[in-house]
Order: sequence, then C-alpha cells, then structure tokens
Amino acid sequence: MADNEYLQTVIVLSGGLSHERDVSLRSGRRVSQALRSRGIEVVESDVDSTLLARLAGLNGSVVFPLLHGEAGEDGALREVFELLGVPFVGSVGSACRVAFDKSIATTVVRAGGIRTPTQVALPHETFRELGAPVLVDALGDQIGFPMMIKPSRCGSALGCSKVTRPAELPAAMVGAYAYGSVAVIEEFVTGTEVTVAVVDRGNGPIALPAVEIRPESGVYDYAARYTAGATRFLCPAEVSSEVANGCADVALRVHAILGLRDLSRTDLIVTPGGDAVFLEVNVAPGMTETSAVPLAIETAGWSLGKMSADLVRAAAARGGHDRTIQLAAR
Amino acid sequence: MSQTSPPEPDEPLLERLRQTDTRLDHYVDRYAARAHGMTASAIRALFAVANRPEVVSLAGGMPNITDLPLDVVGSVLNDLVLNDGRRAMQYGSGQGEPAIREAICDVMRLENISAHPDDVMVSVGSQQGLDLLTRIFCNPGDVVLCEAPSYVGALGVFRSYQCEVVHVAMDEQGLNPSALADALRALRRAGRTVKFLYTIPNHHNPAGVTQSLDRRLELLQLCERADLLVVEDNPYGLLGFDGEPIPALRSFDEHHVIYLGSFSKTFAPGFRVGWVLAPHAVREKLVLAQEAATLCPPVFSQFAVAAYLANHDWRGQIKVFREMYRERRDAMITGLTSHMPAGTTWTYPEGGFFVWLTLPPGIDSHAMLPRAVTARVAYVPGTAFYADGFGSRHMRLSYCFPTPERIIEGTRRLGEVLEYEASMLEIFGTGVESESGRLALGPREAPGPNQA
Repeated sequence: MADNEYLQTVIVLSGGLSHERDVSLRSGRRVSQALRSRGIEVVESDVDSTLLARLAGLNGSVVFPLLHGEAGEDGALREVFELLGVPFVGSVGSACRVAFDKSIATTVVRAGGIRTPTQVALPHETFRELGAPVLVDALGDQIGFPMMIKPSRCGSALGCSKVTRPAELPAAMVGAYAYGSVAVIEEFVTGTEVTVAVVDRGNGPIALPAVEIRPESGVYDYAARYTAGATRFLCPAEVSSEVANGCADVALRVHAILGLRDLSRTDLIVTPGGDAVFLEVNVAPGMTETSAVPLAIETAGWSLGKMSADLVRAAAARGGHDRTIQLAAR
Repeated sequence: MSQTSPPEPDEPLLERLRQTDTRLDHYVDRYAARAHGMTASAIRALFAVANRPEVVSLAGGMPNITDLPLDVVGSVLNDLVLNDGRRAMQYGSGQGEPAIREAICDVMRLENISAHPDDVMVSVGSQQGLDLLTRIFCNPGDVVLCEAPSYVGALGVFRSYQCEVVHVAMDEQGLNPSALADALRALRRAGRTVKFLYTIPNHHNPAGVTQSLDRRLELLQLCERADLLVVEDNPYGLLGFDGEPIPALRSFDEHHVIYLGSFSKTFAPGFRVGWVLAPHAVREKLVLAQEAATLCPPVFSQFAVAAYLANHDWRGQIKVFREMYRERRDAMITGLTSHMPAGTTWTYPEGGFFVWLTLPPGIDSHAMLPRAVTARVAYVPGTAFYADGFGSRHMRLSYCFPTPERIIEGTRRLGEVLEYEASMLEIFGTGVESESGRLALGPREAPGPNQA
C-alpha cells in the first residue's frame, strides 16, 4: 500500500516554548521531510494560540508531536488532543506525565522489577528547610560519589552534571534547578551507554537494535548530542547477543509498564556484569540529524519515512471523534 | 545506468544486522584547527525560545527599522532598477563603487574624519571588514587586544583566525590607558606579537560606555608611542542621544588608526554595506583580499544605499532613529531602577543599543539563563563577551528592539529571576561556581544576527 493512501494531512508539531525548542524544531523538520519523501502531505506547525484553529481547519488530519521538554513530553498538550478527539502519534497524556518526570518514572519502573540507580528527588525548598550543608553530606553518604544531578523534568542532558566530590555538588544543584524546581540525585552507574527504541505500528511493540553511544569527550552532554562528529554511535551495540536481548527486553518492559504507545526510547547503562540499568525514557525521542532513533531505524533496514508513515497510519486507524472539530472551531 | 535500491521490508530486519559505526560526520577528522570548537551550545539554543513573542528578548542586537520610510526606500529602489539596473546588477570593483565611497566620506565627516574615497574599501557589513583586516594582519597565535568585555562578533573573527585575545580593562570612560600600557608591557616582555588594538569608542557593545575626548587623546598618544595599530569600530557613533558626536579616533591619527564603519544601524542592516578606511598600503591589500573573498562587495546594495543617501534626508532619518532609541534607553533605565535587586549596577548609555549589568556577587548570569527563559525574559550572559571564560557576573541587555512597555516588563521579569537566584545562593552559598573553571565558549554563546 502506498504510504499516502488513506492518509490525510499530517500536522508535525515542533518548537514550543521549552528549553528544547531548538532541538524540537530540528526533529520536526527531519520527520516532515521523511514523511514528504513518502508522498504524504505535511503541515509543520509551532504550538501557539493559532494551533487549535489550524487543527479545526484540517479536519481528519493526524498530529505527529515532536515537542521535546515540558508541554511536549509532560502530556499536557496530548491531553488536549485527547479531549478534542484529534488522532495523534505517541503516548497518551497520562502515561507521558509519569514517563517524563524522572523521579516518578524511575520509581514506577523500579517497582516493575527493573534495575534503576539509587535515586533521590528533591525540590529546592527541601534544601532550604533542612539546610544545604547537612543535606549535601547526607547525599554524599547515601548515594556516594560520583553521582549524577539532573533536573527531574527536562531532556537533552540540559542541567545535568556528574559530581565527583562534595564541593561540586552545590553548583550542580543550582545548575539543575535552573531548569526546574525538582532535581534528582542519582548514583552514577559505570558501564556502556546504550539506548533502545521501541516502535509499535499497530501489531505490537518491537525493540529496534540498541544504539551504543560513545561521546568523544566522555560525556554525552548537549554539545556531544547535537554536534555531528562529537559522538560515535554503534548500532547494534557492541555487546553480546544475550546482553542485547536483555536491553531489548528492558526497553519493551519499560514501554509496557508505563503504558506507552507507538514510540519510546529507553536510555540504559550496561554494567560490566552485563546488567541493563534504566536511566530514563523518552516519549518524544529526538529525531534530529544526530539522534539515535533514526540511526536504529536505518540499521534495521527501514527508513525514517516508512516508520513515521506507519506510525501515522496506526494513529489514523485509532482515529479521533467528531467532537474534535466542533470544539476547536468554536 | 539507473540504480534501484532494494525494496524496503515491511518488518524491520532484526536478524543478521550489519553494524553501523558512525560519528554522523564523514569529514570529522578533516576539519582545520580553526573549526575546532564550532560546536552546538545549549545557551545558544535557548535564544531560539527568545524569538517567541511570549518572551521579552533583551538579548539580540537587531536594529529597529520600524521607522524607516518604506515608501521612500521603495521608490528609490524602483528608480534605481529602472534607470541604472544594468550597472547595479553587474559585477563591480573589489574596492567598492565610487559613488558610495564618496558618500561614505560625507558620512564620516560628521565625526570629523577627513578622508579620500580612494582610501575607503566597501565591505559586506563592517563585520567583513574586520574579517579581512584580521586575515591580512594576523597569524595563528598573534595577540589582539580587546576591551573587557568586547563585541562578540569581533571575538568570533579573532577566534576563527586563531588569534589570542587579551582583554584590557575599561572604566566609565571606556578603555583604561594604564591597563593598556600594563598589558602591552607584559606581552612584550613575554615576547608576544601584538598585532592591533580593537576598540569600540562610541556607545560600546556590550558595555554601553563612550570614550571621552581626553581619553581618546590619551589612548592615541600611548598607541603612537608603542607603535600599536588601532582598529576603531564605530557602528553607533551617530546614534548618540546628547550633543554632537565626539570626534573619531581616526580623525586625530590617519597612520595608526584603521576605521570600520557601517550603514547597518544608521540605515538598514539587510543591505550589508560597511566599510574600512585604511592607509594606502593596507587598503591595497584589503582590496586584493576582498577580491579573493567575494570578487566584489554586493553591487546592488551599494547602489541602493548610495541612492538612498542621495535622495532621502538620511541625517533627519538618523535623528528619528536616535529619538526612538533614546525613548527605549529611558524605559530600560526606568525599569532597571524599579526592578533590580540591591547590589546590581548598570552602565548609563548615552547612545547605541546596550546596557551592561553587573550582578550581586555569586550570581552567575550564564547558569541563570534557563530560569530567565522560563520566566519569559532573555539576555546575553556576560561570558559571551570574553574570550577567556570570564564575565559570568555580568549580562548585556539590549533596548533597541522591544517597545518601551515591553522593556519595562522585561526588567520586571528579570528582577524576579534575580531575586529567585539570590534565594538559591542563600541556600547553597555564594561562589558556587568558579569563573576560571568555565570553558571559554564566548563567541558561540550569543544570539544569531536575526534574533531579536
């Protein structure tokens, strides 16, 4: 079947007001190009006060959200689409809300029997109430060094730092709180960094081959993620088939435990002993020129265009309902 | 012969995969050393958010051309195409067209510069003039002296030619002569080659200060004694709010000063017409370098600017711009006075686009930017204006583009962010981040030219 058969216009959403706007615009452009290469009509749209009217004017179209960061991945916008009955690619709002927040997702995934780093989530008020020096000492004792500090609700490694000694911790906390009011403090897990995409085109979720990430600088930070050449990617990862299967299994279980839909990407560390440790999951994984998911798709012998078109078709088949346009048109 | 790729499988091939091993850039090991450090930046990416209308951007440096009479410009361009289109759309001279070079001399006369059109070379904005100057003067490792802080675009040029920038302190009258003398002594003692001093005497970007007449004379004396070449960058000289412009450095010394000028702020930046006024020998080399770089600067733009200058009251237009910027400067100062927390200080610009803020000790403008963007206000962290990683206690605020009401609202938001930041410092202690620990990413961490 041709990709454009039975498909209405696809509205690729990117941009928004999050700190990851720039990355989102890149993801949006790439997916739009990929869909167009399959003969599908695409409207690229930012998220602003004209969006709902635009949706109303494109009756029956499918939304492909490529918004990273808050509003895109925290489920808020998706809840609006659900309310309006607009078919969209990706997980529902409630699942995103859980998955996007590292402190909540880690707890839920751990409860599902998956190994996660020891983690504490702390709003900055807690440091004020209890006193930073005492808390910093306690974190050092309980989590140990090195540790990872991350904003609880942010992507692209923004605000993340590795802390190797107590003196570095306050600056790292301030850096994380610059991106949100809650930070997670995690045990630093040493091992091989891999990421596994899970896709479901309507016949059940499958894991794509794991992508191994080797940043030249040793740290997969913002520059390593978005500067072509700064990171070496190996797909499938250079791990035994047993470990590869273990990674795929963890990614599929994370996808299921969190109730995710269509597409997710789970970031893992493979320990020297071969265990896959969950770091975080993305409900709107990056699709930029330097992102891992398109690489995994291509290694699997697919194209980004085909996978995107399949996801859109699955979303269209799920459909929306007529309330959509009535509400939006008001 | 046509090639057909194998059909894409309906299911992904998860068995017997061929491994992909890639850095996503086939040429990654072939770039010149000067391309190292051209990396993505989280700070620069934040300016993409600043362009959204919800955000009050005090970050960009885009001239405000709302008041430009488009009907006049339109009719000038219409006549140009009809009457002179075949010349205006043809290749031109590497040095630039005679008519615009003559007009440029008229413009420079307003700042007491007496020059001959033969000594002017037109460039693609003064930015390209600086690029060509650096190209013909600087070898990798040569030292360029700059104010502390300095224009981010200039630092980018010096970096791309692998120069070492040494910053020289400023005070409320601009570049400090004794600091300059100290720097020269230290560098010469260390056996370093200092190629020139780069300075912005008027309404400095980003510091917002202007060199007094006495200061100019003192600096020139010093440079003459030291046989130090001065590159005077003067994009804002005619945008002073009070009184007549102070004579340019070049007006006192035609041998030691190379002058960079621009129509970007006095007319419109889109034409990309700037110029270099240089002694004969330098100018000859610049023209050859210009021919190598572009064959000739954009001819149509030169004709357009020359026709605008000939047919429109451009001096009156500059007055209109000045009043518009003065109103915005006043709004900025009013907003800062109302909303900045204790311990914050700022410069008082008498022209140009920018105010330079100094924050209370311990507050880091670089680390704070994401929080400011969340609060829907943007600025440029001071670190962008230093080649050595310093500047985190400062920020540049621009008042050129937003309306006065938006400027005041921006300062209100900024005030809240600073209060919040101060409370974070209270929790975690001052001096949580050491300036010297930061990589010198300066020139990569400022908004692009098309960002408000």
